[in-house]
Amino acid sequence: MTLLDFLNFYLVPGIVLGAIYAVGAIGITLVFGILRFAHFAHGDMTTLGAFVALALVGTGMNPWAALPLAMIITAAIAIGVDRTFYDYLAKRPKIVTVMASLGVALMLRSVVQVVWGVDPTTYASGIVRPNDYFGILLRPRELYTLGAVALIVVGLELFLRRSKWGKAMRAMSDNPDLARLSGVDNRKVTMLTWAIVGALCAAAGFMLGINTEVHSMMGWHLLLPMFAAAILGGVGRVQGAVLGGLVVGVAEELSVFILPAQYKAATAFALLLLILLVRPRGLLNGKVL
Amino acid sequence: MDLIGLANYAVFIAILIGIYALLALGLNIQWGFTGLFNAGIAGFFAIGAYTSAILTSLPADHRLGGFELPLLVGWAASMLMAAAIAWPIGKICLRFRSDYLAIATIGVAEIIRLVIRTEGWLTGGVRGVTGVPRPFGDLPYMQSQLAYLALVVVLVLAAYLLVERQLRAPWGRMMRAIRDNENAAAAMGKRVAERRLQAFVFGSALMGLAGALFVHFNRSITPEAIDPMIATFLIWIMLILGGSGNNRGAILGAALIWIIWSVSELLTDRLPTEIAIQAKYVRVFIIGLTLQLVLRFRPEGILPERQYGTSLPRK
Repeated sequence: MTLLDFLNFYLVPGIVLGAIYAVGAIGITLVFGILRFAHFAHGDMTTLGAFVALALVGTGMNPWAALPLAMIITAAIAIGVDRTFYDYLAKRPKIVTVMASLGVALMLRSVVQVVWGVDPTTYASGIVRPNDYFGILLRPRELYTLGAVALIVVGLELFLRRSKWGKAMRAMSDNPDLARLSGVDNRKVTMLTWAIVGALCAAAGFMLGINTEVHSMMGWHLLLPMFAAAILGGVGRVQGAVLGGLVVGVAEELSVFILPAQYKAATAFALLLLILLVRPRGLLNGKVL
Repeated sequence: MDLIGLANYAVFIAILIGIYALLALGLNIQWGFTGLFNAGIAGFFAIGAYTSAILTSLPADHRLGGFELPLLVGWAASMLMAAAIAWPIGKICLRFRSDYLAIATIGVAEIIRLVIRTEGWLTGGVRGVTGVPRPFGDLPYMQSQLAYLALVVVLVLAAYLLVERQLRAPWGRMMRAIRDNENAAAAMGKRVAERRLQAFVFGSALMGLAGALFVHFNRSITPEAIDPMIATFLIWIMLILGGSGNNRGAILGAALIWIIWSVSELLTDRLPTEIAIQAKYVRVFIIGLTLQLVLRFRPEGILPERQYGTSLPRK
């Protein structure tokens, strides 16, 4: 196998997949870090976001133009889910909210299955041939995916570091009591967090859908790699989630060298157990709950 | 449906209630007494089912098995296997908050599903394992069903009495202490991580036994027999609705939810085909919603946890 073959058939698909995991993992790490619970409905919220985009594409919109709109709609749905199902559990032990989120996962998925059915579908049909960039083969949609992920990550980092509300979010992640004493409005930060998380879910679901296909279980299968990525990078660390996502994506593609291809999905799990065993704080020193 | 058919159906449902009651008891040890979040119940169930099936079934040339070992060996092995899978997972994850255990158990269930589908030489792949012997299987249909029901009832009763005894014993008091205030329990010299591991392994073994009972009742198992997420979730809602921390509540919840679940299946199957498929997902939605409602309006369940040896209300 030549170096170019390795790049084209293993590394590039791994990076594209990893970039998608990264977007999902950022959402998980934000909920885990700021609201302090493992959000199990994250995968199925991703599915819902992908199907919202599908509905928009169905009205004749260009898929990439539909993405921002789908992100806004899913952000609103995420805020609604929090208000309806998580908010009133705030005073109870956090693990009860984890359980509620498992129920929400099932509910979101059955909504998708009732409304859109269970058959896989795509945003755009037809075969797209990859373009050659100095020997590296990339399809336009892969290029757009990497560009969109870069845009999202840089934008989010700037927001968290520079803006007032971003700083409030980080303050709540670091020390909620101190944040409250300093005048940070918990309710508003919670709402803002869910809006960002919902938008990220839609982006991850859409990009997975446009690179593979759209179906009702897609998000559930994302859950394990996304959690592995978030914990691998360090809970609460956005850059960690990106790093973790890329590691998990590339590791999954490379796993075919040592494991039968059916066990690709097991790679994320192996990485998760490994990091919990040797360095539970994650690569970039996140939180341990 | 005539009367005989109805009686047959009732016995069938009752046997499955018994199997689910075992699963709910297992979860009660983990969640109700110890506060451990196991989201991979279906995985431990499947491990138990396949272990016993492979050890006791008739020989078949496309897969391993056909050892035709006695039933009790199969059951013991199914409990041991489930415990053996639970041990390393618990060992790694129980040092942290239960969220991590939940993620890891979801992963375990997925991996088990992958292995069952992929490793045809071991599990028969999609064809599954058939020719699993059934105790009292030679009797006429109705007697055989009733005899199996009696067997399941005896096992559930045994499990109930054992767990109840443990709960009243100092062990149960220690477990509740760990659940309610981990730091205080640790300060009193209780080995928190070790005790949690114990509860996790015991509970998982009970789930493995339930799997074995299921496979001998069905005489066969295929990867499609259990939908991992829905099975796991049904057991959670059984325990939460019945009353977590209360063994009778776990059994009551299993009976209630399983009756509602099966009767609603009977009803939706009669709908025209176009709606029937959607109705299937609506049922799942309603189960998810039920959990939210119970968590919101009656978090202690129908039969709340009893207080032992104290008149002080728990906070």
